Amino acid sequence: MPRRDDIKTILVIGSGPIIIGQACEFDYSGAQACKVLREDGYRVVLVNSNPATIMTDPEFADRTYVEPVTPEFVEKVIARERPDALLPTLGGQTGLNCAVALAESGVLDRYGVEMIGATLEVIRKGEDRRLFAEAMARIGLEVPRGAYAYKVADAEAIASDMGFPLVIRPSFTMGGAGGGIVYNIDELREQVSHGVALSPVSEVLVEESVIGWKEYEMEVMRDVNDNAVIVCSIENVDAMGVHTGDSITVAPAQTLTDREYQTMRDASLAILREIGVTTGGSNVQFAVNPLDGRMVVIEMNPRVSRSSALASKATGFPIAKIAAKLAVGYTLDEISNDITKVTPACFEPSIDYTVVKVPRWAFEKFKGTDTTLTTRMKSVGEAMAIGRTFPEALGKAFRSLENGRRGLGADGHDTFDELKFDRGLTVPNENRMFYIADALWRGRSVEEVAGLTRIDPWFLDHVKSIVEVEGMVRTVSLEEMDEGLMRKAKQHGLSDPQLGYLTGTDEVRVRARRLDLGVKATFKSVDTCAGEFLATTPYYYKTYEEEDEVAPATRPRVMILGAGPNRIGQGIEFDYCCVHASYALHDAGFETVMVNCNPETVSTDYDTSDRLYFEPLTFEDVMDIVDAEKPVGVLVTFGGQTPLKLARALENAGVPILGTKPEAIDLAEDRERFAEVLDRLGIAYPAAGTARSASEAVEVAARIGYPLLVRPSYVLGGRGMVIAYNEEYMLKHVADAVVVSPDHPVLLDRFLEGAIEVDVDAVCDGVDVYIGGVMEHIEEAGIHSGDSACCIPHFTLGDATVEEIRGYTRRIAMEIGCHGLINIQFAVKDATVYVLEVNPRASRTVPFVSKATGVPLAKVAARVMAGELLADLALPDERRDLGRFCVKEAVMPFGRFPGADSVLGPEMKSTGEVMGSAADFPAAYAKSQLAIDYSLPHEGTAFVSVCDGDKRALVGVARHLNQLGFRLLSTRGTAKALRAAGIPVTEVLKVHEGRPNIVDAMTNDEVQIVINTPFGRETRSDGYQIRAAAIRHGITNITTMEAAQAAVQAIEAIKEMRLDVSALQDYPQWVPPAPVRRSPLLEGEASA
Amino acid sequence: MTEARRALLALEDGTHFFGVACGAEGEADGELCFNTSLSGYQEILSDPSYAGQIVTMTMPHIGNYGVNGADMESRGVFARGFVVREMCRRPSSWRSEQSVPDFLAKQGVVGIEGVDTRRLTRHLRERGAMRAVISTLDLDPASLSAKAAASPGLVGRDLVREVAVPEAYVWGSEDPTGCLPIDTGVLPVEARHHVVAFDSGIKFNILRRLSDAGCSVTVVPPTTSADEILAMSADGVFLANGPGDPSAVGYLHGTLGELLGKVPVFGICLGHQMLSLALGAKTYKLKYGHRGGNHPVMNLLTRRVEISSQNHGFCVDFASIGELDPPNAGGVAHDPADLEAWVTSGAVPVVISPRFGRVQLTHVNLNDMTVEGIRCLDVPAFSVQYHPEAAPGPHDSRYLFSAFMALMDGSTDYLSGSRAGG
Repeated sequence: MPRRDDIKTILVIGSGPIIIGQACEFDYSGAQACKVLREDGYRVVLVNSNPATIMTDPEFADRTYVEPVTPEFVEKVIARERPDALLPTLGGQTGLNCAVALAESGVLDRYGVEMIGATLEVIRKGEDRRLFAEAMARIGLEVPRGAYAYKVADAEAIASDMGFPLVIRPSFTMGGAGGGIVYNIDELREQVSHGVALSPVSEVLVEESVIGWKEYEMEVMRDVNDNAVIVCSIENVDAMGVHTGDSITVAPAQTLTDREYQTMRDASLAILREIGVTTGGSNVQFAVNPLDGRMVVIEMNPRVSRSSALASKATGFPIAKIAAKLAVGYTLDEISNDITKVTPACFEPSIDYTVVKVPRWAFEKFKGTDTTLTTRMKSVGEAMAIGRTFPEALGKAFRSLENGRRGLGADGHDTFDELKFDRGLTVPNENRMFYIADALWRGRSVEEVAGLTRIDPWFLDHVKSIVEVEGMVRTVSLEEMDEGLMRKAKQHGLSDPQLGYLTGTDEVRVRARRLDLGVKATFKSVDTCAGEFLATTPYYYKTYEEEDEVAPATRPRVMILGAGPNRIGQGIEFDYCCVHASYALHDAGFETVMVNCNPETVSTDYDTSDRLYFEPLTFEDVMDIVDAEKPVGVLVTFGGQTPLKLARALENAGVPILGTKPEAIDLAEDRERFAEVLDRLGIAYPAAGTARSASEAVEVAARIGYPLLVRPSYVLGGRGMVIAYNEEYMLKHVADAVVVSPDHPVLLDRFLEGAIEVDVDAVCDGVDVYIGGVMEHIEEAGIHSGDSACCIPHFTLGDATVEEIRGYTRRIAMEIGCHGLINIQFAVKDATVYVLEVNPRASRTVPFVSKATGVPLAKVAARVMAGELLADLALPDERRDLGRFCVKEAVMPFGRFPGADSVLGPEMKSTGEVMGSAADFPAAYAKSQLAIDYSLPHEGTAFVSVCDGDKRALVGVARHLNQLGFRLLSTRGTAKALRAAGIPVTEVLKVHEGRPNIVDAMTNDEVQIVINTPFGRETRSDGYQIRAAAIRHGITNITTMEAAQAAVQAIEAIKEMRLDVSALQDYPQWVPPAPVRRSPLLEGEASA
Repeated sequence: MTEARRALLALEDGTHFFGVACGAEGEADGELCFNTSLSGYQEILSDPSYAGQIVTMTMPHIGNYGVNGADMESRGVFARGFVVREMCRRPSSWRSEQSVPDFLAKQGVVGIEGVDTRRLTRHLRERGAMRAVISTLDLDPASLSAKAAASPGLVGRDLVREVAVPEAYVWGSEDPTGCLPIDTGVLPVEARHHVVAFDSGIKFNILRRLSDAGCSVTVVPPTTSADEILAMSADGVFLANGPGDPSAVGYLHGTLGELLGKVPVFGICLGHQMLSLALGAKTYKLKYGHRGGNHPVMNLLTRRVEISSQNHGFCVDFASIGELDPPNAGGVAHDPADLEAWVTSGAVPVVISPRFGRVQLTHVNLNDMTVEGIRCLDVPAFSVQYHPEAAPGPHDSRYLFSAFMALMDGSTDYLSGSRAGG
């Protein structure tokens, strides 16, 4: 059936900011969908509040609204653009919920918008567990037994009937939020009341536990002709009880007989038909009892998902792209398979390799939270690895995590809690696989470990084979290692650094020995068909086999090193930069080679770059690719710290590094040398010192004075950074910092209290500097720049100060020899501009700057690095009036980590960002808050309680709130200050003063907004309890005075209904010109 | 780890792969083929159609869930050899009864693991199916390649006689094979039809599916004559899958020629080739065959696509049956050999068999646009090249067993029914 011609304009809803449970996989899906719909001639209108996405690049849609993904704003877009159809299945749960709200409120009917891909009824049947269970019963499929509860008493009754353990699942929450396993009545009560509170319909399902059962996922697609295919089966290594996003998973399924697999396949297709998914992709989850094979359906998602992104990367079958085509009427047999070109998409991929996904957690960022893995997702990212066998892929996945480990143990970094060793096996936790490997190494049997972990013995047996090979390596010296053992070790996924550790040598010597022995890496293709048909798409993975499939190059190649798994501090922004670099260099005439191991990203889409290597970003893996591809240049400055850390080693190995040289990067990182540069330029910086020991730290502190910013060098996201007001606190963190980065010293800076922080992103070509954006932060210096809101253009700074900042940026970029992107952080205090930090690389703010200004800086930088000049790129005037204010706001994951404090500080904790734009700053700020679902209340009660230093500033804010009609509630000290200023206020008790107190008021829904700035460094005090209560009850919670001021202005903007929507295409966008001069790198080297 | 026994796989063109033995000791020759199914190695090993062949699995991990009695597709293993990347020696499944290496050893089948099966697959894809030898005894590549080049191969070979049962039996009534308790599936309490199935290497799951559809089934040797069949008062005749070169099984399509028009006929795989040959078609050898569980097959009558289970090295040339009959093909006059044109146009071609009248093309493989199914419009007979009985593979095509029931009931529109979801 050909495409539908009755539809002209399609509205695509994105997923908004990156949060836990909803990451860049939806950018990957959405970008694919927008691209394919536009290619098909549809007019695409997109709404997504996340500026760091590729899908919001203006060329991906006809009309791009970087606006809140909320029913109110999407309705405004609908009113303006009048789409014929809405595609709700590509924006994760956020997009789906928003579409459902628009349908239910009648907006879609009113504007005549048809939902395509999934109808309201389908979404309801898929999402509402009750309707779903009824549907399953109709087709004879089992679901776990269960019943619904709306209050604790209901749940208690159910528990007395079914017994423990039980699973609590709140209805309509994302990533299993609010869910969990309960083993006793106390846990039940707590989890149910929490779950009911989180559920938008105040409902939880109390369900039979299938903990310990085998868990499977099927990725299914169906078209309007009822053709249906399974794209991929995924088997979880971790048994039921761990959220699939927190599980190690394997594709394809390994331990099902064909009979069982086909039963599951039949069930999956029957579910799609019964739920009524007529076009598109769905994900169906099953649990199987390992003792008797009883199969139950866990859930289905009638939309693309994290798993569908994984399945797409694992098989080469682009689910989102095809889902979009199916939604507009094509059938599977009409769509061709991109990879083979000759066979249709109506088939089920066969794969001849093994894929392993390992989650990446960030518990180190949230001290005090429970690190047990449960049915509620806690990981912030994931790495995927491809190997021919499970052991090979497992080893590669574990060295992809960017957590300092070189593989699955055997790297000298293993530490185990000997007293609670078995707890490391029985209780799911982020280090469990290390415990498993070590238990098997200690000689415990596969059966015993299987009993403790509930992990299928098939997986454990392969882990055992890895530790057995490690054992063989331990008994020989590197010189004694023969070709057979070396090959066996590599085929079992052991890295060169692991072999170095096991043989008492190092990575460099292992590599040399390995190559001497002729054990060379081979690259094989991901081709969707297990070699049955010729595939022309160069999508490769590394293994150790006999045949290498790398195609000869047609043009000079440039290699782009990606950013690895998402983690806090390094997320989608860096992937965005890598993708832009790839696009720009492809357009400039290069063959681009992408290396990355993050399955969620656009960079690992096979049609983003000319060649894709799905590989860990380690020296070993990158060098093997360099040996295969012989690039004319490698880009290390786009993927954040991950590739940057490799720069020196690659350069030393003779790899041509494009752009800013490692020497310049080191210069900027080396505080002492960089201070000399600033002294030479006459630019101020906070007094600073470097310490390699505690005693040195005390000396430095004495010299520069408190408060001090303490941080390890070479970190991203402010890992381990704190502000110390005294020596005791400082010393504790110096000790911590040494753990963070053992090879590098600790940096101590004088902390500039109350300074305004400014971020600048610029590009330098060696002769000139182009300043992409000057961002004024809303929170004062001291809050990590990744966690603070900022605005383009500046909204309080004077133009003269900004000019000074521009001048400093140019001089610094030129002085250190920057060639490419540079990010500089400044602090402005008492009219003096200080340089806080210089990073001659892509920064987290590059995508925001690009969206706000219409100049994609990463593209500009990539072209400059390949040899073009800024002067030839026809860039607009840096000082032009942008015609609007754009605010970037960070999105915090505290709701996921109960127990961790939500006070902002120099260590980054946010997972993502949104952008709000408007003609004035308050309106832009308001949109940025609404985009995060930080609801800004129009009316009600505001609780204000601030530290003494903030009391003066509070008066203005409180008066403003009062004028806006808010009732003010305050604790004694703050109330006194307000009364003194003549502002009416009601007093409330602090938590320790008795009851009823402020937390009671919050619990009773008597408070709509909280402004509570921290009193020094308290963790378990009142402030902590108030902030925790705010998170628990979803109350808007503001912890800095600057944010409070902005929020109150924003509330005013909302009340005045000044919030309108606008598309990026309404503003000027830079059009990259054809190259004026050919890159010298394109000359000389003829095609290899 | 146990001491590994070395093994060698050598191809007739001199290509060779060293590996580790994972089955019986010894040496075996056969035509080397690859199968891309991700699951179902036991069903593949026990499928008699693999007689005379060495099977390579492209799925790297094989043997994970062991083998069990219920999943046997015949009384034993007929494949000559087994080639895998990584063999599991400690299977994990509540249904596992023994490991694949033990099973192969017991069945006397030579196996080799540690092979770059992707290189091997790509080699076969580019050069075509070829003869090969696996040995645990002769580890000299030149010597083994010479043996491969001297081996008989498949073309012109009748392997059907080697795999077929010598005596007729009724499915479910007794142990037909004398070696194991087999899973007969659901037997009809009261059969609606009596079907006689030629055993040319029939898979048990065909018998299970026929039973499940409501048939009582008598399995007869392939050499049974038409008169004997007609004397059994069958409501329908089933032609099964089987090994080797279809053109070498002249007796079977000869018998079929006598039955067509007298009794409804359904054929699968080799049975499809038998029907086609009886209609006057020619068959040809595919470069490297279709073996796997993921091929898209379009039913031209419904325009719907089935994901099919495939196992065949030979194929039917539809145009060779006879001249195109445009009035019966919606007035469209594409070349009957250009299957892609028919698939794209939506018209369904009909050619005239000189002996049996109009023959319609019903199913086409969308990967390479080859014939997957035909039906006769003037005599009650239809057949498919692929495996609607699955085992291993998807169940999308199970409706064909209901179609056979409908045909026996006298329906003429039996192939347009809805595809059963399993």
